[in-house]
Amino acid sequence: MTAGFNAVSAWAIYKREVARAWRTVFGTIISPVLTTCLYFIVFGAAIGSRMNDIGGVNYGAFIVPGLLLLTLLSESTSNGSFGIYMPRFTGAIYELLSAPVSVAETLVGFVGAAVTKSLIIAAIILATATLFVDYTIAHPVLAFVYIVLVASSFSLFGFILGLWADGFEKLQMVPLLVLTPLTFLGGTFYSIDMLAEPWRTVALFNPIVYLVSGLRWTFFEQSDVTIGVAFAATAGFLALCIGIITWIFRTGWRLRD
Amino acid sequence: MKAHIAAVTDPILKITGLDKTYPGRGAAPPVKALDNVDLEIRKGEIFALLGPNGAGKTTLIGAVCGLVRPTGGTIEAFGMGLKDDWRKIRARIGLVPQEMAVDIFETVHHSVTYSRGLFGRPADDKRIEEVLRALSLWDKRDSQLRMLSGGMKRRVLIAKALAHDPDLLFLDEPTAGVDVELRRDMWKQIDVLRELGVTIILTTHYIEEAEEMADRVGVIDSGRILLVDDKASIMTSLGRTEANFALNAPMTAIPASIAREGLALSDDGMALTFRGGDGAGGGKEAVAEVAQQLAREGIGYSAIDVRESSLEDIFVKLVEDRPEIAA
Ligand SMILES: Nc1ncnc2c1ncn2[C@@H]1O[C@H](COP(=O)(O)OP(=O)(O)OP(=O)(O)O)[C@@H](O)[C@H]1O
Ligand SMILES: [Mg+2]
Repeated sequence: MTAGFNAVSAWAIYKREVARAWRTVFGTIISPVLTTCLYFIVFGAAIGSRMNDIGGVNYGAFIVPGLLLLTLLSESTSNGSFGIYMPRFTGAIYELLSAPVSVAETLVGFVGAAVTKSLIIAAIILATATLFVDYTIAHPVLAFVYIVLVASSFSLFGFILGLWADGFEKLQMVPLLVLTPLTFLGGTFYSIDMLAEPWRTVALFNPIVYLVSGLRWTFFEQSDVTIGVAFAATAGFLALCIGIITWIFRTGWRLRD
Repeated sequence: MKAHIAAVTDPILKITGLDKTYPGRGAAPPVKALDNVDLEIRKGEIFALLGPNGAGKTTLIGAVCGLVRPTGGTIEAFGMGLKDDWRKIRARIGLVPQEMAVDIFETVHHSVTYSRGLFGRPADDKRIEEVLRALSLWDKRDSQLRMLSGGMKRRVLIAKALAHDPDLLFLDEPTAGVDVELRRDMWKQIDVLRELGVTIILTTHYIEEAEEMADRVGVIDSGRILLVDDKASIMTSLGRTEANFALNAPMTAIPASIAREGLALSDDGMALTFRGGDGAGGGKEAVAEVAQQLAREGIGYSAIDVRESSLEDIFVKLVEDRPEIAA
């Protein structure tokens, strides 16, 4: 394998993927924002006004990191998966496979574009949230780093999904059957302290709990698990995804016959 | 002088003992798509890979371009081994796939610009414009690909493959599903590329196409290269013209005045058949002579049916002539 990084190629992939998202700007940006608004109206304003504070945080504000994460996970996953699934589906992937690019350029291009989209969506959601609830972010820089970390991990996860899926059904099955339930059960709308045993312990096996906790800590300095553990779990997931993708490219699984 | 000759004959692409077996899926047995293929392509030539459906042409191209993982053998290009120097090699190869495989919502200009970048070449709007103009796509540069006709889309695929100025270009059935006019146009394009020094490997089902375009022809069937030779010698040795004269009245024997090699009478005496000549046109002349002789002798006929050997005939003959490859 020739060493080195082909920046021109990676940039070409990145630009093209961002342009592709721009073509479908409605689906990419408007729809997650709309969904989040609906959540805020129902959970934040309507129900939240009758809820007690959680750990000294107003319920409406409490759900902001959770809701952000909910959208971040599903958008990153779907952006990451469609970017690579579509060319596999149409056959246009031949060009990528015949190009002088390796896994590094491919990931920087595709996943970089997916992360960019996710960050734009995250910014819009945080801005939208201020219309419904008052909140301040205790550690904005850490929050940003955390959001980037989560967006990258799940864009990579989506990328793997896009390589694995051999039909649209599978592509939608994992987010719907795995990601959404885990996210809802992962403390998006509540603190897992509110759960009774044994469910509290069971919940700790849900990786999403660590993501939500970590992000919530950067907002309000309070969380279900310690911030160090949360960061480590997220970084570990990121490393695992990169490892799997490197293996895929090395063996050509689902890419080369 | 000697060194110069050596340089000229150095192959730009050298394939040695290449094997590819596709694993069977479920009940389907494994498919041996390439069987110990040896092939050398010379710099600057146009090489036609001629073979029927399923012969292994696309697989062979895929192995060089990184779409297929060979199960054995080695590939060298530009004097480097593909295993180690794949990056440098791929940067200099262009591929026009057999199947129409593009993002149809992209515009022509975006698509071609992307291809150049993907292959690591710095952006160059002037070069992109040249490529698009050469393929008569400049007026369509802002159209989405889905709005183009099939032939136009094929040109876009060619433009994408040329966008990074490759030294070696693979064209997998460039004229399949293309009308006669566009086919001529494509042939002209290929000629232009040859002038520029691009080495071209194209696949085709049509012997006429190989004849029109190529300097050398390789015949492939069932994953094996049956022969590789200069076009002219292949056509001479394998091409055949076959003509059937439907006679007005039965004949008992061929008159001595028109008898010639390759001329035969059917059992019922109603048809005269000529087989002969070569793919270089000699056969047609012979048919014209037979027709004139028949007229001179006052032998009437109601129809002449002339046809040139098809690729299938050539395969049959190849296998007949060389029983060792039929095994
Ligand atoms: N992905 C694949 N999995 C399994 N078998 C395959 C695959 N691709 C090709 N084959 C088989 O390998 C053989 C060679 O196929 P290939 O596409 O290389 O032929 P070809 O000469 O390009 O044919 P055509 O003229 O129809 O394009 C065929 O028997 C084909 O069925
Ligand atoms: Mg083919």
